[in-house]
Amino acid sequence: MAVLTQQKPTTVFEKLNDETWRRKFLRNVLIPWLFIAPLLILHIYVVTVPAVQGIYMSMTDWKGVGQNANFIGLENYRELFFEDETFGKAFGNNMIWMIFFLTVPFVLALFAATMLSQIKRGGMLYRSILFIPYVLASVVTITIWKNLLNPQRGIGAALDNMLGLENTFGIAYLGRPESALMSIAFIDNWHFWGFLMILFLAAMQAIPPVLYDAAKIDGANRWDEFRHVTLPGIRPVVLFMFMMVAIWSFLAFDYIFLSTQGGPGGASEVIATLLYKNAFFRFEAGYGAAMGVVISIFAGFIIMIFVTLRRRGWDI
Amino acid sequence: MTAIGKVSLQDAVLQRGRSRERSRLLVFNHVVLLALTAFAIVPLLVLAFNSVKTNLEIGQNPLGPPINIVTDNFPNAWAKGHFATTMGNSIIYVVATIAAELVFGGLAAYALARKRPPGSDALMLYFLVASTIPLWMYIVPLFVQINALKRIGIDARLLLIMVYVAGNAPLTIFLLRSYMIDLPSELEDAARVDGANEFQVLTRIVIPLTMPGFLTVGLVVGLGVWNEFLLALTFIHDPNQYPVTTSFYKFVDRFDRDWALTSAGAVIIIFPVMVLFLALQRQFINGLAEGGIKT
Repeated sequence: MAVLTQQKPTTVFEKLNDETWRRKFLRNVLIPWLFIAPLLILHIYVVTVPAVQGIYMSMTDWKGVGQNANFIGLENYRELFFEDETFGKAFGNNMIWMIFFLTVPFVLALFAATMLSQIKRGGMLYRSILFIPYVLASVVTITIWKNLLNPQRGIGAALDNMLGLENTFGIAYLGRPESALMSIAFIDNWHFWGFLMILFLAAMQAIPPVLYDAAKIDGANRWDEFRHVTLPGIRPVVLFMFMMVAIWSFLAFDYIFLSTQGGPGGASEVIATLLYKNAFFRFEAGYGAAMGVVISIFAGFIIMIFVTLRRRGWDI
Repeated sequence: MTAIGKVSLQDAVLQRGRSRERSRLLVFNHVVLLALTAFAIVPLLVLAFNSVKTNLEIGQNPLGPPINIVTDNFPNAWAKGHFATTMGNSIIYVVATIAAELVFGGLAAYALARKRPPGSDALMLYFLVASTIPLWMYIVPLFVQINALKRIGIDARLLLIMVYVAGNAPLTIFLLRSYMIDLPSELEDAARVDGANEFQVLTRIVIPLTMPGFLTVGLVVGLGVWNEFLLALTFIHDPNQYPVTTSFYKFVDRFDRDWALTSAGAVIIIFPVMVLFLALQRQFINGLAEGGIKT
């Protein structure tokens, strides 16, 4: 008996009979997985299973509950890319949106974070106030700016009044095809850029001050300091946020849906608003699902670019 | 001696020049920052001003401070916007989501950080990949799925909370795990020697020591749910179950011309967030920054 218990169990049955092994299994495998299980199962049920279903649904002509779903292969995708002009227009708007958000908030945030990192007193106060727009709900932000951009009562009208002009600045920025998209991007950016600034500022404050001292000894001016100490120091964060913002540009929905619903005449339509309208207003479930897959492919493509660059030795 | 004297004189001159340059440049910094601060805060001030004006006054003075302060807009907006109901709903969504997220996320993160059962690496990879799946890829099938559950009588509010908890799961696991992984294991081992079981180790040792992580997740998730619009719009169709966001969206639609009323409604929605933000500035800012980088 004594010999048996000292031996390491070999078969499953022996293992199951071994008290210490059972307790180890319980403690190191079973209980940890029981701890993980609820969230994992919920996540699979809410995200992964519907995501896979979405791929299948995108290859059907399903038009919602009560309708038959016929498998039509890549027909939805063919229609999206070769026939549906609204989709082409929406894709173009997503690209404009991306170019805007990869430049304007980044320049603004870099500039403000640099200014903020150099001052000693009042930094916390500035930081908090500049961050406030980021904690507002999109419905509220849109309400505020719809009023401020109103042609009769907004900032533009006040400016016209002051300068003695008429209908020069006081125009319907959100109602005109040529300015709708940029106006919404402006509003979204008002909400968003403070967040970017906080990330950059945190990265700047993590740069060892001794590097700045060394740069000063080498006779660097402020631009040199920014170019050769600050920028390399915060590079990982900036590049990571480049990737995230590029992805987010294809997901943009709230601000556009809440202000113009993609109008006027599709001038501010993006893929997400088009998807929403197709799936939930016109019940083109299969077609909407195809747009969802396309958005995901774009997002995956952006991630791939970054992963490839990192593999090639870029310090991202 | 003379050489040293010379150097220090030069130094002094340099120093003076530099500090003068520095202070001039800091004036520039403050001017820029004040301008940006105004850009951030003035739209909010206009909103606050308009919430205490009459519509008549907004017509004549749509941007400036109020001449006569009226407070009627708030009770009016509260009643017409059904805020008593929707505030309650939003609080339910926020509190329930945070609670479920912290309980289930805490358990999962603890297992992944401290126990590392076989398959942990694969699971982390799963969450990493899954966190990149855009909502748009699964929203249509999820809508069908949720509707099926609603038809068999499951409360839509519970389903929305489920969606929120699942959507925030990767972020929660990454954040809490990163806090827990830094803990020295001696404390846990000591507790186990004293006879604590796994659950007691988690609740008595690990959670108290990683409280900042839980607070961060709570703030990030809570703010996200309070402000969330798209999922609530998609899954909640009974006005009695609306959160403040979708309810306010319909409210603004209905009282389009009534700026005094809608401004007051907007102030009501942001008031709780502002109070919490001003009370917990540091945690809010650092938490959201952390959440932004880790996801």
